[in-house]
Amino acid sequence: MSDQRTMIENEYTPVTYDPQYILMVNALKKYFPVKSGMIAKTVGYVKAVDGVTFNLKRGTTMGLVGESGCGKTTTGRTILRLSGEKTGGEVLFNGKEVYGLSNKEMRDMRTKMQIIFQDPFSSLSPRLPVGEIIGEAVREHNLVGKAEFEDYIDQIMDRCGLQPFHKDRYPHEFSGGQRQRICIARALALNPEFVVCDEPVSALDVSIQAQIINLLKDLQEQYKLTYLFISHDLSVVEHISDTVGVMYLGNLVEYGETADIFRNPLHPYTKALFSAIPIPDPDAKMNRIVLEGTIPSPANPPSGCKFHTRCANCMEKCKQEAPKQKEIEPGHYVVCHLYDDL
Amino acid sequence: MAKNKPEGYLTAKESRKISRENRRITNQYEKERKRKNVPESEYVTTMHDPDNAVEFDNLHTYFFTDAGTVKSVDGVTFEVPIGKTVGVVGESGCGKSVTSLSLMQLIQRPQGQIVEGEIRLNLGDGRAYNIAKTPNEKMMNLRGNYVSMIFQEPMTSLNPVFRIGEQVDEVISLHNGEGKTKDDIKARSVELLKMVGIANSEGVYQMYPHELSGGMRQRVMIAMALACSPRIIIADEPTTALDVTIQAQILDLLRSLKDKINSSIMLITHDLGVIAEMADYVVVMYAGRVVEKGTVREIFSNPCHPYTIGLMASKPVVGKQVDRLYSIPGKVPNPVNMPDYCYYKDRCEMCVDRCAGEYPGEISLSPTHKVSCYRYYDGKGEK
Repeated sequence: MSDQRTMIENEYTPVTYDPQYILMVNALKKYFPVKSGMIAKTVGYVKAVDGVTFNLKRGTTMGLVGESGCGKTTTGRTILRLSGEKTGGEVLFNGKEVYGLSNKEMRDMRTKMQIIFQDPFSSLSPRLPVGEIIGEAVREHNLVGKAEFEDYIDQIMDRCGLQPFHKDRYPHEFSGGQRQRICIARALALNPEFVVCDEPVSALDVSIQAQIINLLKDLQEQYKLTYLFISHDLSVVEHISDTVGVMYLGNLVEYGETADIFRNPLHPYTKALFSAIPIPDPDAKMNRIVLEGTIPSPANPPSGCKFHTRCANCMEKCKQEAPKQKEIEPGHYVVCHLYDDL
Repeated sequence: MAKNKPEGYLTAKESRKISRENRRITNQYEKERKRKNVPESEYVTTMHDPDNAVEFDNLHTYFFTDAGTVKSVDGVTFEVPIGKTVGVVGESGCGKSVTSLSLMQLIQRPQGQIVEGEIRLNLGDGRAYNIAKTPNEKMMNLRGNYVSMIFQEPMTSLNPVFRIGEQVDEVISLHNGEGKTKDDIKARSVELLKMVGIANSEGVYQMYPHELSGGMRQRVMIAMALACSPRIIIADEPTTALDVTIQAQILDLLRSLKDKINSSIMLITHDLGVIAEMADYVVVMYAGRVVEKGTVREIFSNPCHPYTIGLMASKPVVGKQVDRLYSIPGKVPNPVNMPDYCYYKDRCEMCVDRCAGEYPGEISLSPTHKVSCYRYYDGKGEK
């Protein structure tokens, strides 16, 4: 057992709470054990999230982008304590360690942090009417009295662009865009402060996407919400986010203000990712950096910098030593050896 | 609250009546289709323009469902020139996929039927087949050799219980396998896998689909589609399920392969960025009809139909900051119960008085740029 324990290093410097940040994530790690053999012995770990650090200001939106399998969704779920115990690091929500709460405290905390899932077709129970889907948690947490309950649900539905008389209908009677509105209403009914939006528009048509994005922005202004917006659609992320984090294989490789990142991407992976966005203009110049190969397995990541197998600017140092996070401009962090000398 | 019937509600009796009527209609079509030894004169025609690979001419594909007739494709006319890429854009349910499936004759029969119109496929020797009337045994020869298709979901369109090699081999031996030994076919398969950029092609030949990533599976799909150097490749949302970086790789691959075997591509997608990058011509579809078509420059620099304009404004673009995205109000009309005026009128913000009249005809703004909208009737004297 002892050698397995050494596989998971738990080294981080604890952060001190700063009230301007609603969420502080420090060196967060989430490993999934790989089991094999008759007695299901743990033979290794899939390092889905491997040291992610960022702070999220109140009332802002942070976009999290990256290829599929890079750990975006796991990061979101781990922050909400939805996928078991963390492996390492800290998650401070309003200054409290999320993983240090008792079950009862966690229950109360759940109303403050909510999630909107990617697929509105599979995340709604087909057997509950819409009013019940939205109101179930409200009743469970006793947020409003019995007398005002119905009015409260009507109000929430109205705010999310749903007709209150649809309360008795079942999810299958709605289109994709309306279902996503139901998911949003369900999350907002608890009056949360922080919402993880896990690819909320990926499954929708272009014209419906615009409606949902506008709705999310309106609600943010109304309720002073904080979003963690997970998506692989970079144009949507640029539109909605204030800060952007770029993930690669469980690591946050670059993090900063949206304008800074899109104007001046520093990490070679960010550059390649942005150059791959198709631009709806036939005359646009294409200086595409095409990444060779595919993303390596997170169960057996490359040594040193995890990106060095696909990096165009790979140096000898990159293969041995993992780079550290560096602040290049104020608020613009990058994890790359190219900027070591700056 | 009284239980009011939602729009489109049918009693069981009405539904039975519709399905009886449907069966009568579809049986008629099926009977015609099942005839043996159909004379060639019925389906051999000539192209209107020999430079086109495919001509869709007033195509109507209907689905006879128990809830009523769904006019999925309702009078679609456009051409795919040889060696060019034509992009077809539109929301889900607008009939893009049904148009392409009609060309492959892969529509779910007997409910789905081509009821009117022609699809002329250029055979390259001066003759053309009218796909709408071509019998099944002839169609077997065309699929793969002349037309082939890359499907949307690489995850579900490969058979999970066969090795990759067996699936690629099958395509070659069925369509192009005369006089070839097993080893020849295998060599060709491995060559194809190499051509689509799979590094370890011998190894992948032996693998099962679940061992490959999404991008790799899509490459295998492309290899299968290109196995017999078809004249037309239909790419039905080839990159929608993939990441941006993989999408860039696949688009590059499609472009270079198209030039290598000199075929045409019909690219179906809802991503305008992909269209701008890949296509030479663009066809915009809405509710089963073509609302606008033209060269890619004309469509992007001067979009004319309100739907095209709305579609472009509703997609955020990197580098262009807007406070609010434009969103097209309302929703697509019920496909069973289409209005008799312009289908887009109820969502359109640029309506003129004439929009209440019948569906607008097509009007030419330039030799290649055509739009179906009353707003452009004043300048021209047509219709």
